[in-house]
Amino acid sequence: MDQVRNSLKKGEFSAVELAKSYIQAMEKNRDLNAFITETSEIALKQAEESDKRIKAGNAGLMEGMPIAIKDLFCTKGVRTTASSKILENFIPEYESTVTSNLFSQGAVMLGKVACDEFAMGSTTLTSFFGTVKSPWKDQKGEYTVPGGSSGGSSTAVSGFMAIGATGTDTGGSIRQPASFTGLVGAKPTYGRCSRWGTIAFASSLDQAGPMTRTVRDSAIMLEAMAGYDQKDSTSANRDVPCFENAIGKSVKGMRIGIPKEYRVDGLNEEISKEWDRIAQILKDAGAELVDISLATTKYAGPVYYIIAPAEASANLSRYDGVRFGFRADGPFDNLDDMYLKTRSQGFGDEVQRRILMGTYVLSSGFYDAYFTKAQKVRRLIAEDFKQAFEKVDAILTPSSPSSAYTIGKEPKDPLEMYLSDIFTIPASMAGLPAMNVPTNLDSNGLPLGMQLISKHFDENTMFSLASVIEEAVDFQLNPNGLKE
Amino acid sequence: MTKSTSSYIIKGEKHDWEVVCGLEVHCQIKSESKLFSNAPANFGSAPNSNVEFLDAGMPGMLPVINEECVRQAVRTALSLNAQVNNVSEFSRKNYFYADLSLGYQISQADKPIMGPGVVVLDMPDGTTRNIGLERMHMEIDAGKSMHDQHPDSSFIDFNRAGVGLMEIVSDPDIRTPEEAGAFLRKLRAIVRYVGSCDGNMDEGSMRCDANVSVRPVGSTELRTRCEIKNVNSVRYVMQAIEIEALRHVELYEAGRGDEIIQSSRLFDPNKGETRSMRSKENAHDYRYFPEPDLLPLVVSDELIAELKAKLPELPDAKKERFIQEFKLSPYDSAVLIDDRNTAEYYEIVAKIADPKLSANWITTNLFALLKEENKTIANSPISASNLGKLIKLITDDVISGKIAKQVFEIMATDDKDPEKIVEEKGLKQITDTSAIEKIIDELIESSPENVQAFKEGKTKVVGWFVGQVMKQTQGKANPGVVNKILKDKLS
Repeated sequence: MDQVRNSLKKGEFSAVELAKSYIQAMEKNRDLNAFITETSEIALKQAEESDKRIKAGNAGLMEGMPIAIKDLFCTKGVRTTASSKILENFIPEYESTVTSNLFSQGAVMLGKVACDEFAMGSTTLTSFFGTVKSPWKDQKGEYTVPGGSSGGSSTAVSGFMAIGATGTDTGGSIRQPASFTGLVGAKPTYGRCSRWGTIAFASSLDQAGPMTRTVRDSAIMLEAMAGYDQKDSTSANRDVPCFENAIGKSVKGMRIGIPKEYRVDGLNEEISKEWDRIAQILKDAGAELVDISLATTKYAGPVYYIIAPAEASANLSRYDGVRFGFRADGPFDNLDDMYLKTRSQGFGDEVQRRILMGTYVLSSGFYDAYFTKAQKVRRLIAEDFKQAFEKVDAILTPSSPSSAYTIGKEPKDPLEMYLSDIFTIPASMAGLPAMNVPTNLDSNGLPLGMQLISKHFDENTMFSLASVIEEAVDFQLNPNGLKE
Repeated sequence: MTKSTSSYIIKGEKHDWEVVCGLEVHCQIKSESKLFSNAPANFGSAPNSNVEFLDAGMPGMLPVINEECVRQAVRTALSLNAQVNNVSEFSRKNYFYADLSLGYQISQADKPIMGPGVVVLDMPDGTTRNIGLERMHMEIDAGKSMHDQHPDSSFIDFNRAGVGLMEIVSDPDIRTPEEAGAFLRKLRAIVRYVGSCDGNMDEGSMRCDANVSVRPVGSTELRTRCEIKNVNSVRYVMQAIEIEALRHVELYEAGRGDEIIQSSRLFDPNKGETRSMRSKENAHDYRYFPEPDLLPLVVSDELIAELKAKLPELPDAKKERFIQEFKLSPYDSAVLIDDRNTAEYYEIVAKIADPKLSANWITTNLFALLKEENKTIANSPISASNLGKLIKLITDDVISGKIAKQVFEIMATDDKDPEKIVEEKGLKQITDTSAIEKIIDELIESSPENVQAFKEGKTKVVGWFVGQVMKQTQGKANPGVVNKILKDKLS
């Protein structure tokens, strides 16, 4: 983005020309099915306005940058579906704060990209609008999943159909797809980005964040997205620093925690070795490696799969066919009949599964055993990190226990699928900022990435460390599944 | 079965039963906007014209607490002699209904804003009785469903969705329908005084659910209760409690007590009965959990003190003061303080004229006039100062009480200074004894048969004389003087 920024400023090309080239890329790679709604006309109009502002010397942080928007962000006048049948034709009359912030910084919207339905999933295969294919093919030449839930975003950016994309991360939905597709994906501290106008999955966990090809781009885009919003009572009233300033800063003397519990039994050998390699890179750069223990790590998964579905079960109650969205065909015996038919037909299997789980753990007789207990353990997880951060400045772990699954060969058992989040969930539970940095390809030719976790509101530290890693690994983003 | 009305005991064939009743009163918070959204919170607008995206439960919308509503709730809590909790939490109460747009109501479960308090009842016989309050919490109101506007569609109006409510829950201390009525009237007076709620049951800004059970007199157990929902007048609440209590007693006496199931019922005033609501309403697991979109609500001691200092004089305090300052009976005092405007009107009058007479004139003559003209004391056709002057004219012996009533009628159409009216219409009382004596002398002369009747002991004939004197003086003769002279002359 910094190169584009310079070029636009110098007049080497215009924002309109830039938008047009991305629109072409979007059209060429339609078969990957990343976009649910393309907004080329809007993009060109916005690009025109950007050109005016650039000429006048009023360029915003994202001026003229063509981006893709995860279809979880309500965009005024533009269809927003949450990749669900139940919102198939929903057109919001309001703009989410995050997209509003991006547009006021000059960003250009190429379109709305697919995700797992209501952000529930790790492959984007649950999208109502069909399979999204990652631009990365495996050794056998078969398509892989782009990860989830922000799989449309990761496909768009790693497929060079957008310079960046917005994602949301609840238990890993930015970091894991970034890891699968070789991108930088950042989840900021809980409260950094406003949730107003972002379709809610789990209120106490959801956070918007950027998915980009470089660490610097991530810093630029996050600054544009973030900021206090009084319409969101959980929004943090904190200034947003210029994260770009953290790029290239020295990490000498920083203490990096290596938590032993993440070295799980049966951890993929390649990933384990990659983890060590990246730790060494940081050591060579002057950081100090510290062995730490986060004993509550193994509880994070179960706790997440109690709290997130519980909150989601209530957040999704509003999708009832009464006021907007899909309503099943009648006639109906009564109101309950209408609800049952609408929601059974409108929601996919995974969404229904999680609503049922959430309803169960909140129901009388089970609330204390599950929900209350989970909240208590969540506090312990946060406490674990707090103590660790007295000894270290950041924590380094793998982002995902595997590289991308081949489409058709992903885990079929939902519980097995839930295990793909074990490295990303803990930071979400504690509201800590965390990001994926792509580091290498595995023996299958698929991207691997490492996760950095830093203290609350200290995104700067993780950006500095990520920048050092990025420079050292020189990862080449050249997916083999794109049309020439 | 017979009922003793003094202390409400239902006498059955096998036992004497007492009523155990607790009330849950929902008071709509008077504020510019709704509890969590910016939409206007007023009443009577065109359907679906006061709806923000949050009230309609649109995707991605979030609640933000309205601080004015919090202040109203704190002020109300303070005027209910209750504990205000510095930290309270909001919860989601989950259920599905077409007028509940989010599919959950934002309410307060375990940690409400107000803890225990007390309401003092003014009973008709002048005594007082304390009713305990368990708690009060804030929550949002739902929209309004209309099922009778169309053959196969229901209509939903979301104007009311999201309006703030204070749910005030009493302890099961109420023992008689009268107490329930007194409770509601006192609560209504308090919230109106404080200005936190309109208290209009007919408009729905105040709604009452009554929990009713019975038990044998002397027992302390709490038997199965039934909840009678959404009764919309004080009178109907009293009737509903009576009818429901009788229903329970009949069942217990017939050995069919197990047919009393904890459930919600509706009161039908036309049929004079309660009916069970659809059974799905009864078995609700609301799956309460802390509202993750809101932070805990913190109310500082400083704010509480600030709001307390600015409260107006409350009904109970005003009632006491009226008793002390104006020497009124508890009953009269209670009647006058029930409405803050009446109390303020009274104080103006009582500063000019005799307090006791002022109380009488207001509660009888003025109230009758207001009722006839369908006005409130706030837009009374007769101003307080003029009424005070009128009453003073009586005690100053300028006019008689009877003439005063005439002047009152005139003032009802033209609120002039009564002294002017008396002057203009020449209504001044005749106290000049010589003029009256002259008239009486003439009467005695012209009707000796009446004089004779009086001498024979038929003292009632004095009335004829007085009537004649009044007729000849157009009612302006001072009755006291007439009577005195008559007695002197006839004896």
